[in-house]
Amino acid sequence: MALQRSGPETVEFDVHTDELLVNMGPQHPSTHGVLRVVVRADGEVVSEVTPQIGYLHRCAEKIGENVTPRQWIPYTDRMDYLAGMNMNLGWALTVEKLLRMELPERARHLRVLIAELGRIASHLVAAGTYGLDLGSFTPFMYCFRERERILDLFELVCGARLTYSYITIGGVTADLPPGWLEECEAFLDQFNPVIDELHAMLTSNAIFIRRTAKIGVLAPEVAIDYGCTGPVLRGSGVSWDLRRDGEPCYTKMYEGYRFEVIAQVDGRYPQDQKYPPVPAAAVLGDSWHRFYVRMLEVVQSVGLVRQAIERYRRSPPDCGEPIRITQKLPKGEAYLETEAPKGQMGFMVISDGAAIPWRARARSSSFCNLSVISELCRGCLIADVPSVLGSLDIVLGEIDR
Amino acid sequence: MAELLKSFVPVWLAYSTAAAVNAALLVVLALMVAAVCNWLERKVAGRIQDRLGPTRVGGRFGWLQSVADGLKLLAKEDLIPQGADRLLFRAAPYVSFCAACSLYLALPLADGWVALQLNSAVFFILAVAGLEVLGVILAGYASGSKWSLFGAMREAAQVVSNEIPLALCALIPVMIAGSMDLVEIGNRQEGWLTNWLVFHDPFTFLTFFVYLTCAVASVNRAPFDLAEAESELVAGFMTEYSGFRWGVFFMAEYASMFVISGLAAILFLGGWNGPVPIAQWLGLTRDVGPLAAWLGNFLGMCNMLLKCSLGVLVMMWLRWTLPRLRIDQVMTVCLRYCIPLAAVALLGAMWWTYMWPGGW
Repeated sequence: MALQRSGPETVEFDVHTDELLVNMGPQHPSTHGVLRVVVRADGEVVSEVTPQIGYLHRCAEKIGENVTPRQWIPYTDRMDYLAGMNMNLGWALTVEKLLRMELPERARHLRVLIAELGRIASHLVAAGTYGLDLGSFTPFMYCFRERERILDLFELVCGARLTYSYITIGGVTADLPPGWLEECEAFLDQFNPVIDELHAMLTSNAIFIRRTAKIGVLAPEVAIDYGCTGPVLRGSGVSWDLRRDGEPCYTKMYEGYRFEVIAQVDGRYPQDQKYPPVPAAAVLGDSWHRFYVRMLEVVQSVGLVRQAIERYRRSPPDCGEPIRITQKLPKGEAYLETEAPKGQMGFMVISDGAAIPWRARARSSSFCNLSVISELCRGCLIADVPSVLGSLDIVLGEIDR
Repeated sequence: MAELLKSFVPVWLAYSTAAAVNAALLVVLALMVAAVCNWLERKVAGRIQDRLGPTRVGGRFGWLQSVADGLKLLAKEDLIPQGADRLLFRAAPYVSFCAACSLYLALPLADGWVALQLNSAVFFILAVAGLEVLGVILAGYASGSKWSLFGAMREAAQVVSNEIPLALCALIPVMIAGSMDLVEIGNRQEGWLTNWLVFHDPFTFLTFFVYLTCAVASVNRAPFDLAEAESELVAGFMTEYSGFRWGVFFMAEYASMFVISGLAAILFLGGWNGPVPIAQWLGLTRDVGPLAAWLGNFLGMCNMLLKCSLGVLVMMWLRWTLPRLRIDQVMTVCLRYCIPLAAVALLGAMWWTYMWPGGW
């Protein structure tokens, strides 16, 4: 029997042994939460991988039909709990779209600032845990050290470190405290060398390249067919980012900001040559590229945060007024997808004119990104399953909702 | 000791008492080494990762941390999974641990300071180190868990690929020294550090690094810790182990780590001979007197312990820096790179010793 490896080469097996069915998860160190992956393996070679989800289902959408939109904000940041700010933002923008609200300038810059910090924090977790999946513990600690600093900043802003409920419908719950911007700048200044450190420990490490290059190759067509978004899609060389290509009510936020959409187009990344080059072994769409895209996006986000700080300082001091908790919604529906760190996070709200939405719906990016795993892991080794899974960077809170 | 006891008690009792005491001493040595290495690993890992490591237990530097952990493990529930082969499951950790302790039998710490001076010590250590793997495979097989079985199979695959280059590498110093006796090999490197076998010729220099690679693989340390591989196989062969039995595996790992770097120190790095012949300058040699010889040996032992710790530190440094290799990559490294390199080094060293028998 010849098993098709996920790479271009085909491996032939003369010896045929019994297949083994193993459960990876829900208690397993590298399934990133309570995911269960059923692995059918012939020795070390995996022939089939089926993800089983639902262990973290918390009826979030049903709750959304029983509380008002502002009351649902705390439930949204429990979806992608590694990027709660971005989840808040998605829902807030969707309801604002329904309400046709216009935000003052300062609120928009503040949201860019917070959302991009959230993206950095989320990508840091992705990079760190990916190192962990490959057996390298130290980058994980480095990433978390930096993430802690971002969480400190968030704590100053809203008092919470994980579930913020800070960005809300109509603006934010409170303006930045005095002296916060200086602290944020201090963080950004010391953060750049850390990125180089991570590149040295992971991106350009020979073992890391051996473990990730040509593993889990996701062709751009397959990625689009499965509805993959975010770094997973961009890692396959599709230049698609809602911050640039999204709906006007979202892209308006990023109007006038300079940033690149990180994807390898025509064989090169839009970047200066400061970062390690693409190794010869890597193929577009493999785990290495997905990781690399995230690492480069972090740099873009740092740039965006700096720009946002500058604009925030110049803007008139008006952060917008959050809507009343009991405010009635106009009849109608609104759907909006935003570029969350892990991909396109869509929220939908349908209103029949009451204060409580008739239907609240969340479209998860991790759900679609996870669905390709059976495609990617066919024919790889057991050790590659965590490697591919980690490169997809899923969060189960968002998948199960 | 047995001779001394014979005058008081029957012969059989004298011998068995002496044996028990000696064995206990060896086990204590192995345990001490394991405890210190374990503490060191935590501190080193902490520093590498920008944190402190243990700081509280035992006052400063958390130096009693390993003892506290040992006590905790002793107090834990003794679990044996239902599907496990009870006898083998219980026996496996002790197989590993006995092997690790027996290694100390043949490891000299200074000139003549060895529990048992074997004329085939190198062979003994390599063979017994291989026995340790048996414990791992037994554990994986007896656990009745699929993850453990994966770990055991990986270990088996790994051991067949790294034992051969390891033995080839160990053969080179043996050939140069013309002896398998570690004491003799060590004494041969007396004097300046240019006498160390690693600097004997370019081939031994190469061999040293091949040996290091294979040594790390043979004690199952990262990046070759595939049998455990916590992010892939939960904990590999140790998945079902907890409490004391788990601790025994743990100690066996550290104990053998120390011996394998001790072997490297004697085979390549001069053993108990320092980089400069200080002991000779101070007149601490055997011909001066027994006390001088003892002092010289003591210095040598410190030297040796330092070199062993250095080897252990290098292994820790590797573990906390590198990602793990995949099983096929481990086998590639060992079979495709290490064996040819070791073979070339063996031939080269042969040629070198033939051309310049007195060294250069």
